[in-house]
Amino acid sequence: MNIIVCLKQVPDTESQIKIGPDGKSIVTDDIKWVMNPYDEFGVEEALRLKEKHGGEVTVVGLGPKRVTESIRTALAMGADKGILVSDEALDGSDSLANAKAIAAAVKDLDYDLIFTGQRGVDDDLGLVGATIAELLGIPQFSIIVKVEVAEDGKSVKVERPIEGEALIIESNLPALITAQKGLNEPRYASLPGIMKAKKKPLEEKTLADLGLDSAEFGEGARKLKILELTPPPERAAGKIVEGETPQEKAAELAKLLHDEAKVL
Amino acid sequence: MDFSLSMEQEILRNSVRDFAENEIKPVARELDEKEEFSYETMKKMADLGLFGMFVSEKYGGQGMDYVSYIIATEEIARVDGSHAATVAAGNSLGIGPLYYFGSEEQKEKYLPKLCSGEALWGFGLTEPNAGSDAGNSKTTGVLDGDEWVINGSKIFITNASTTITSGVTCLCRTGTRDDGRPELSCILIESGTPGFEAREMHGKMMWRGSNTSELYFDDCRVPKENLLGPRGNGFYQMMQTLDGGRLSIGAMGLGGAQGCFELALKYSKEREQFGKPISHFQVNAFKLADMALEIECARLILYKACWLRDNDKPFSKEAAMAKLNCSEVMYRCANHAVQLHGGYGLMKEYDVERFYRDQKLLDIGEGTSEVQRIVISRLIGAL
Repeated sequence: MNIIVCLKQVPDTESQIKIGPDGKSIVTDDIKWVMNPYDEFGVEEALRLKEKHGGEVTVVGLGPKRVTESIRTALAMGADKGILVSDEALDGSDSLANAKAIAAAVKDLDYDLIFTGQRGVDDDLGLVGATIAELLGIPQFSIIVKVEVAEDGKSVKVERPIEGEALIIESNLPALITAQKGLNEPRYASLPGIMKAKKKPLEEKTLADLGLDSAEFGEGARKLKILELTPPPERAAGKIVEGETPQEKAAELAKLLHDEAKVL
Repeated sequence: MDFSLSMEQEILRNSVRDFAENEIKPVARELDEKEEFSYETMKKMADLGLFGMFVSEKYGGQGMDYVSYIIATEEIARVDGSHAATVAAGNSLGIGPLYYFGSEEQKEKYLPKLCSGEALWGFGLTEPNAGSDAGNSKTTGVLDGDEWVINGSKIFITNASTTITSGVTCLCRTGTRDDGRPELSCILIESGTPGFEAREMHGKMMWRGSNTSELYFDDCRVPKENLLGPRGNGFYQMMQTLDGGRLSIGAMGLGGAQGCFELALKYSKEREQFGKPISHFQVNAFKLADMALEIECARLILYKACWLRDNDKPFSKEAAMAKLNCSEVMYRCANHAVQLHGGYGLMKEYDVERFYRDQKLLDIGEGTSEVQRIVISRLIGAL
């Protein structure tokens, strides 16, 4: 079976995020870029399915040239080929525009499954996966922690956690799955893998190559506008509940939750 | 000039860093405490491809450049010296001499298992009475018919007594040269050869999670073909091996210094005294600034030495400089890091305590800091 994994490059979660002078974007100068952690689960799952069912794994990334490093990392983990959709006109695009570009890049490929992360850890919107599926007209399953492909490779059974329960869904293929933490433990890019990745094909495509009109992309075409970015409020100091006995402490805690925090 | 690493080197650094953080860091303190070599992490390091990094794919290696090997060693050392020692000794001292000086037959016989990390190999140079004066080795190899008969002992040999060690390269006195000085040759001795015993050493101050051994040879007989390269080339081979080995010790110093710096910076920003983080006191901030500066300089000299080697240019002087500088930079960084941790830095619960101990080997192993100064002095024409 042939699998496509969409990946995004995001700031390393340990990066210190600073808001830029325009108040609407972050300063990217000192940022270390990494593969979106949820996309890594997608890469790993695709590789495991390939190991079991055969076929090829294609990694599709979108963004500036630096995204090549994340695609090469996925190739070093074991994916077979990569596609980078890169075009200056894409700068500042919103989720819808990005999904359009990715959908255009994959629509003519031969695929049974598409993986994306359930969301990017940068904007936290979780829109691209579902939008790609909609544009391609295939079923999509979001926030999935377990994937089982039938022996004949024609259908898939997935598991999504909901409020302590598990929702089990079955579907025909092709389908799109957005990967959630818990799906697997991604492998490391091994040293022999890194050397092999050097020779694997990586194609670069512009919007024109995909037959897309650049006017539909970029800052000007945004349906979703960012008005302002603000840092989260600073965390207030914690409070230690006083009391002689556990019972007294519990009573005091209940009182505080009711009167001060107003959550009870 | 181009100071940027290749994309492969960047991916390698990220991957080895993640691996070290997730697989080695959680067990390093306990292995140090128990003075135990871990076959489990050895297997994981082998699976990642950390052995045979600079060996061609023909013998099961990764075919990477020396800079890549050094980056990988640096990233392991950033988290734990013992594991970095297993990797550095495994590659530079175990695999290196076989790869560079072995016959085609020897390479085909030993390298694939060493490169896959299924096996380890020791490098027997130091003797109880021949440390810095390595040319004065007393272990003898006497040709008797078709066999070498080896007698003597070696000490402080890394990776030589694990259950997966398949043998050692041993520097032996095989005769007397025309000028009256000893003729030294390297001979390969497989584990399990009668008359050869490798005994694990305990009670170490540092690198407690790595394997260190004493080797004993008592009328140990090996085939004539086990000679490594031409007879009488032993001392040259050992010195060549140490030139490369120095780069890996440099990587351990650099990685260790980086580890100390990061621990110290994090702690200094969290620890509050007199109502503010201790990093806000200039006396402490300056320590951190000095550490960052020294690490940057150490990285430049080490990478330059590796670059010289990768480009087939002379690198002995730079290798000695890098080994000396990286070791001493780690010494100063470990010292600052413990100081910044105050009383907690003296406790085993904090990793800086282990870094502080692990550092000391770097001033001593593979040529002491004093020997590096002799090497540099000679190469600049002063001695």
